[in-house]
Amino acid sequence: MRQIIPIFKREFLGYFRSPVAYVFLIAFLLISVSLAFSRYGGFFRAGVASMESYFTFFPWLFMFIVPAVGMRLWSEEKRSGTVELLFTLPVTTLEAVLGKFLAGWAFLAIAVLLSFPMAFTVGYLGAPDWGVILTTYLGAILMAGGYLGVCALASATTKNQVISFVISLGACAVLLFLGFSSFTETLEGVLPLALADALANFSFITHFDAFTKGIIDPKDVIFFLSLMGFTLFLNVVVLER
Amino acid sequence: MIEVKGLVKTYGQKRAVDGVSFTVRRGDILGFLGPNGAGKSTTMKMLTGFLRPDAGRATVDGIDVTEDPVAVKSKLGYLPESAPAYPEMTVAEFLGFIAEIRGFRAKEAALAAVDRAIGLTHLTPVRSQSIETLSKGFKQRVGFAQALLHDPAALVLDEPTDGLDPNQKNEVRSLIKSMAAQKAVILSTHILEEVDAICNRVIIISQGRVVADETPDSLRARKPGARLDEIFRELTRGDI
Repeated sequence: MRQIIPIFKREFLGYFRSPVAYVFLIAFLLISVSLAFSRYGGFFRAGVASMESYFTFFPWLFMFIVPAVGMRLWSEEKRSGTVELLFTLPVTTLEAVLGKFLAGWAFLAIAVLLSFPMAFTVGYLGAPDWGVILTTYLGAILMAGGYLGVCALASATTKNQVISFVISLGACAVLLFLGFSSFTETLEGVLPLALADALANFSFITHFDAFTKGIIDPKDVIFFLSLMGFTLFLNVVVLER
Repeated sequence: MIEVKGLVKTYGQKRAVDGVSFTVRRGDILGFLGPNGAGKSTTMKMLTGFLRPDAGRATVDGIDVTEDPVAVKSKLGYLPESAPAYPEMTVAEFLGFIAEIRGFRAKEAALAAVDRAIGLTHLTPVRSQSIETLSKGFKQRVGFAQALLHDPAALVLDEPTDGLDPNQKNEVRSLIKSMAAQKAVILSTHILEEVDAICNRVIIISQGRVVADETPDSLRARKPGARLDEIFRELTRGDI
């Protein structure tokens, strides 16, 4: 497992070797902050010292932003042929999958944590519940990992980054919409009730919600971690095929 | 050192490699010849553990590549066709990554290995240039540097002189020759003079099968007076 470190380092620093990282971070922060201050977010109108109006858009924002980070993970290696180089170096597929995933996840975590001026603003304007803010950050990072697992898997199936992005976006959208009753009701019409109910449990919004209320429910933590574990396992299977 | 026995790989209906066998000893430079699509690259990919063979086995130092791929990969140096590398990295960064993954964990050891590889392949002037800005010749040399960074006992080179100008070709050839005494080298090529210049053994592969496995001299003796490319054409007629 020691080989994870060089792969992680190369992948993580790789984001910053091209303008991609900076464009991404600036766009992410601009969009997320403007949404909070917009009339849909109502940061000021709410008159409450909390970051709820900031984080409420995260499941939506991640639906677009995580595929943008995840689409290149494997597609680019396949397209440029470096996948042949990587897998003829003394590394196992699992090490490569974990190293690359953790690098993408760390990058997303940095994007999320760079919103810290928002937290300071809230702290300056009032007396927020710092516990809630902390659990929300934790939830957001876990949710990013869940999304990224799905996107990494999609990326491993194709050498075309556009296809990878579209598959990821579709899969993430389904995981998001499962949290809305109108969507799950439609599912119940098509699928057996038990299956539709089981699928509804995969909703990202439902699992993220508790974190934004200051609750760390082991059930939610395990959901995100097991989703990552499962998608990474499939990722290894797809690459070894 | 390297032993390949009855390797088979099928893509859909097409049998790309059909029972290829050969052995390479230390000190050998084996020229792997064949028309495009004859199965040279596929054989090399199976030997280096990138593709899983459908049948047969490949061993390096007695270790089977399907049983312990990581052990085999750490013994081999491999230059894939068209020398893929991460374009956004500089030459030094890229070779540093290879050094780290090849087990040079201490900073000084990694730096020494990188310096040695850069020196051998004459990459000093482009050391801190990003790989995407390099010319084809330099890119090829980066791939070469990557393959011999850990001073492997066996080198597998897929078209090492492809895209190089005549001077660079000569340089790469003399580099291979100078290292060959302690190593087992396999190189694929479709340049026939190259075989004459550096190889002490030739394998010609056609339609996934080995059609000749001998020294360049005995290949020449097959048809006294004929040019090598005539003999080559005759042996690989099935591919045309």
